[in-house]
Amino acid sequence: MSKHLHSISAIVVNESGVLARIAGMFARRGFNIDSLAVGATEDSRYARMAIVVRGDDRVLEQVVKQLGRLVDVIKVSDMADDPHVEREMALVRVHTPAERRSEVMELAHVFRAKVVDVGQRSLMIEASGKHEKIEALIEMLRPYGVVELARTGRIFLSRERAGGPTRTELPASENGQSEPSTAEVNS
Amino acid sequence: MTSLPTTGSPTRRAAPRAHRRTGAGAVIEGLKAEGAELVFGMTGGAIMPVYDELFQDGSLRHIIVGHEQGGAHMAEGYARVTGKPGVVLTTSGPGATNLVTGLADASMDSTPLIGLTGQVPTSMIGNDAFQESDVRGITMPVTKHNYLLKRADEVPRAMAEAFHLAQTGRPGPVLIDLPKDVTKADTDAPHPEHVEMAGYKPPYEGHPKQIRQALDVLKAAERPVILAGGGVLHAEAADELREFAEDLRIPVISTLMGLGNFPMDSDLSLGMPGMHGMGAAIMAIYHSDVLVCVGTRLDDRITGKLDEFAPRARLIHIDIDASEIGKNVPAVVPIVGHAKPVLREMTCGARAWESKPDWTPWRRQLGAWKHEYPLEYDEKSNTIMPQQVVEAVNDALDDDAIVSSGVGQHQMWAAQYYTFRKPRTWLTSGGLGTMGYGFPAAVGAKFAKPDVPVVCIDGDGSFLMTMQELVTAVRYRVPVVEVIVNNVYLGMVRQWQQLFFDRRYAESAMQPPKFEKIAQSFGALGRRVERPEDLASSVQWAVREAEAQQLPVVLDVIVDVEECVYPMVPAGQANVDFLAGPESIPDGQARRRAVA
Repeated sequence: MSKHLHSISAIVVNESGVLARIAGMFARRGFNIDSLAVGATEDSRYARMAIVVRGDDRVLEQVVKQLGRLVDVIKVSDMADDPHVEREMALVRVHTPAERRSEVMELAHVFRAKVVDVGQRSLMIEASGKHEKIEALIEMLRPYGVVELARTGRIFLSRERAGGPTRTELPASENGQSEPSTAEVNS
Repeated sequence: MTSLPTTGSPTRRAAPRAHRRTGAGAVIEGLKAEGAELVFGMTGGAIMPVYDELFQDGSLRHIIVGHEQGGAHMAEGYARVTGKPGVVLTTSGPGATNLVTGLADASMDSTPLIGLTGQVPTSMIGNDAFQESDVRGITMPVTKHNYLLKRADEVPRAMAEAFHLAQTGRPGPVLIDLPKDVTKADTDAPHPEHVEMAGYKPPYEGHPKQIRQALDVLKAAERPVILAGGGVLHAEAADELREFAEDLRIPVISTLMGLGNFPMDSDLSLGMPGMHGMGAAIMAIYHSDVLVCVGTRLDDRITGKLDEFAPRARLIHIDIDASEIGKNVPAVVPIVGHAKPVLREMTCGARAWESKPDWTPWRRQLGAWKHEYPLEYDEKSNTIMPQQVVEAVNDALDDDAIVSSGVGQHQMWAAQYYTFRKPRTWLTSGGLGTMGYGFPAAVGAKFAKPDVPVVCIDGDGSFLMTMQELVTAVRYRVPVVEVIVNNVYLGMVRQWQQLFFDRRYAESAMQPPKFEKIAQSFGALGRRVERPEDLASSVQWAVREAEAQQLPVVLDVIVDVEECVYPMVPAGQANVDFLAGPESIPDGQARRRAVA
């Protein structure tokens, strides 16, 4: 039993109302979402949702099963089972008087972050990477004064597996083969 | 009576050829193509194009209801006795919001239901137009799935999908919201012959490995019990359950929603479990070492305090909805599948055993508990006891009769004292606990089964919530019998106040009208019954006279006011600490030690 963060990826039908349906289910069942990111997939009929939830293993199991019950959800994966790449992006505007500008830019450089806007009193930094890296960068910038912060939430994608499929199979066509949505308990 | 399979490919008529008609025409065509015969509804502005097509088509029977909630419960009653989805049609705004309780009820009890609601034209959506409400948003959490259609071309597919979703897998309510411009516009999209949904693949067969494992666990058992729920009824698996239980001689406990899935007068039946369950059923679950759960979600009214629900049992949990397995109680052997094939496979597997385990000592123990904890109440010479009302109804009806109930004390007495023997003969609101469910559900059931007596055992408070449906029952001459167990209280609330709130009866006293006069003014028959010696003859009169006059009959039976439902498990406590009767001081430790 762990009160951990769990990364879940869901392929959903890309239609209006689907986000509300999923967010509503999370709220109704008392699941705690740490972050949720949605965007189109390589097939515009489907969207990929990246969800980070907090809870023990039983909560995780219920989240996966409850997502599976939704008709608009095509496939649910617990990313813990899958080697994957995870990224989050942040835009940070840091209070930066002219005399400290190079110092902050140096710091950004260490984190492989980019300076995307320069003003009289502030710099805007664009950073992407793992959640922990973003957290660390923000902590380093805090002493200078973080004026504004925008973060995307995490997204993830499975790595290519030896011999395995290189991508999540989406339904081929409207009447074609499709993936089971119900979480298999008895495999 | 045809019964559709609840999983797999539903049989459906050949799809009509594509031709040009309005969206509303496609709705009517869809209803007919999916085998609907009856629509319960109430018209209004935004749904008028559909009503116009219904009128012009003329081949579907429509029942005008008094209130949309009543219509929803009628559709539920129809669905539960036939296994086919009930259909309810309403207008936008208040018409649709009045439907919400019925949808929530159907959702909790997995009743197949199709809700069709009018909506303001798409161009006005979001503008707070007259009779606009966000019905898709409101009904999202209380439906299996729902639709807000934006184009007439979407109607045929949505109709086909809705029927497919409602009656396959775990059944449930599906709603389609139909904006007025969508129903008025033309479309030549055909009604699909075949439904394929990428995100919906209901399971059917259980995994063979899991079934083998379940049989191994069962074979090693010393004290096995089957706990069978409403899922067995939805799956039409009562025969399979009976075969499984009788083959191996395993005792069966039927949940409130499962009553009728196993004959209650069988020597293997232990009755209902849980908060007002039989003592023997509670003891059996507590002391079981293997508990086979089929089609039950093990809700809080069944389990009581979770730590002490079946504390020694290895749980085999069979359910078509994977999310129900492990939700409340962890399972040692989860089996995701339809109850019918899974039970069949289990029976098959057990028949291959070289020797059958001998569970005679365990059954003897259960017999002793049945004897030790009987259902009992004290009769009074001048007052009708509520339990006697249920017994009188039981005596007046045969096995095929259908009984419905409202929610509260009378519901529990009906569940305890009526001898259910057949599937689809009991209509009650188990999950949502909807007072007012009983009477309209009975009316809907009678539409589906006109040749069978249908009796609602109701409470005075429950009947007051939907009694306007007398207007429907009289208009269409629906001969249902409404038996009110009238104790002039919201009895279950009063019982809790009596036991746990030092008899402070906060707002639980009722001032009911003269129900027999209400009935008469609607054009129904009514009679008030006060003396015990009149009870049996009045119930018989009501059942007979309803059929003879083809009219609903209301019996207002005045019963003892302070009678409480026993056994009872106080909320939050362990089931094994149940109170057997009003003077009972349970010896919980002795009950826990009853089996070494």
